[in-house]
Amino acid sequence: MAKVFERPKSLIDIPMHYCPGCTHGIVHRLVAEAMDELNIREKTIGVAPVGCAVFAYDYFNCDMQEAAHGRAPAVAAGIKRVHPDNVVFTYQGDGDLASIGAAEIVHAANRGEKITTVFINNAIYGMTGGQMAPTTLLDQVTATSPYGRKPETEGYPIRVSEMLATLEGAAYIERVSVHDIKHIVRAKKAIRKAFEYQLEGRGFTLVEVLSTCPTNWGMTPAESLKWLQDNMIPYYPLGVKKEAK
Amino acid sequence: MSKVLMKGNEAIAEAAIQAGCRYFFGYPITPQNEIPAYMAKRLPQAGGTFLQAESEVAAINMVYGAAGAGARVMTSSSSPGISLKQEGISYIAGAELPCLIVNIVRGGPGLGGIQPAQSDYFQSVKGGGHGDYHLVVLAPSTIQEMVDLVQEGFDIADQYRNPVMILGDGMLGQMMEPVEFEERKSRRLPPKDWATTGWKGDRPRAVINSLFINPQVLENHVNKIYRKYQEIKANETMAECCNCEDAEIIVSAYGTTARIVKSAMEMAARKGIKVGLIRPITLWPFPTETFQEWAQRDHVKAFLTVEMSMGQMVEDVTLSIGGKKPSHFYGRTGGMVPNPADILAEIEKVRGGNA
Repeated sequence: MAKVFERPKSLIDIPMHYCPGCTHGIVHRLVAEAMDELNIREKTIGVAPVGCAVFAYDYFNCDMQEAAHGRAPAVAAGIKRVHPDNVVFTYQGDGDLASIGAAEIVHAANRGEKITTVFINNAIYGMTGGQMAPTTLLDQVTATSPYGRKPETEGYPIRVSEMLATLEGAAYIERVSVHDIKHIVRAKKAIRKAFEYQLEGRGFTLVEVLSTCPTNWGMTPAESLKWLQDNMIPYYPLGVKKEAK
Repeated sequence: MSKVLMKGNEAIAEAAIQAGCRYFFGYPITPQNEIPAYMAKRLPQAGGTFLQAESEVAAINMVYGAAGAGARVMTSSSSPGISLKQEGISYIAGAELPCLIVNIVRGGPGLGGIQPAQSDYFQSVKGGGHGDYHLVVLAPSTIQEMVDLVQEGFDIADQYRNPVMILGDGMLGQMMEPVEFEERKSRRLPPKDWATTGWKGDRPRAVINSLFINPQVLENHVNKIYRKYQEIKANETMAECCNCEDAEIIVSAYGTTARIVKSAMEMAARKGIKVGLIRPITLWPFPTETFQEWAQRDHVKAFLTVEMSMGQMVEDVTLSIGGKKPSHFYGRTGGMVPNPADILAEIEKVRGGNA
């Protein structure tokens, strides 16, 4: 009988540390499937962040570097400048990318670094125990916004994709979600397209993936998926934000 | 090859290119701006890459990425910028990546000033960033020596997989001297088979990392790095000793200050005072044994450490001589440079006190 479903070669066969119902596992798989399909595993160098995905170097079956908090785009730029023919990607969460690493992502995009960033937006810090992120929604309760995020004191959730899309160096930016099968398929296409753009040398590429954090949201996995759909998508509209012709 | 007249900062940059450095990531700050400017012009001609980063923080992390990718890479900055780079330097040391970091020191603390200083000694040799680690710290006192130590520094970095710092100062960076770029032989260096170059299965998968979540594994990793430091101490410690054989007073100074001390020594000799100089060339590893050796001699009555700081290296000198002889200090700070007459006055004061 033919095997119709198996682990991508770009993913190492070990148990992941992610919480039950967390969507990191799905996104890891999508990235790995895209690498397999484009046959780029042997020339891909990934950069892991600080945050829940800090151990990504144990999961992706390619050369990896682990960066300091927020610095993955700078590390990736260093790698790509040395190996312009390799494929370089960063995998970063919202605290890493949109807070402490805001400068690095903006300037990597603006320089048109030929790298791909997979940006996990789950509106919260996961690894450190559910603190407010730059992407935390208004009125959302977190460990450090216990009365709900208020714009007058904590400002507004940052729409990273729209912001980066204003930069000339950005070649392809899309926001996707992984709350149901249809959207997972769409997310996969976006990640693959970002890698293709990189292979074509077009410039900076980023896919923002709306994701869940059942543990720190205090919800079941199923409730989390519904919360994402009902609350995150209205504020963070899905779709292509930038596509260089 | 004939000598050329060059500014210290430019000489560092040229020496780096001649040593095979092809990647430079930096951010503007005075008084080291000639280094990135020279690199921006020359590196593309040499088939390399110059990139002005958005910050010192980004620059050092680009160095991390490029070093992890197997490149011979460097950055340069000056004191406040080096402070910003400390996070990345700690990660580079933890991940055991070779690179060259140049600090053309200016006065501090804070924004301080832009004149030469040596007040970053503690930061350079005692850690600077978080965690258990050391940089190899090289302290040239002439532009020729700076050129020679650039090649040496890259080789040491590659041989031991450890970041190396050239600790200069605003004076060395800005002054001009004749230098010769000799064809230097590189050391026999181990292959960079640990670098991320794309994994085809012909070697273990390369992972550049400083995270070891299991404390026993982390302790083992740090122990391994410290075994490497023992090797570096044994093989790479350098110091210049000058007129120590019959000296009553041994002055200790590094970099620019050591040159000024040499002028003070000539003045002292004319007055019949026998003064020697120990000039550490490696500030880490510190030439402890050299100090111990001279401290045991009867003719040596006292040590005087002179720095452009409030007294930092003097702590290592005092530790090294272990109470065998008195340890004195004279320093200027904030960008003020001591002059030979002032140093001579200190020598005479120390001599009077010990007579």
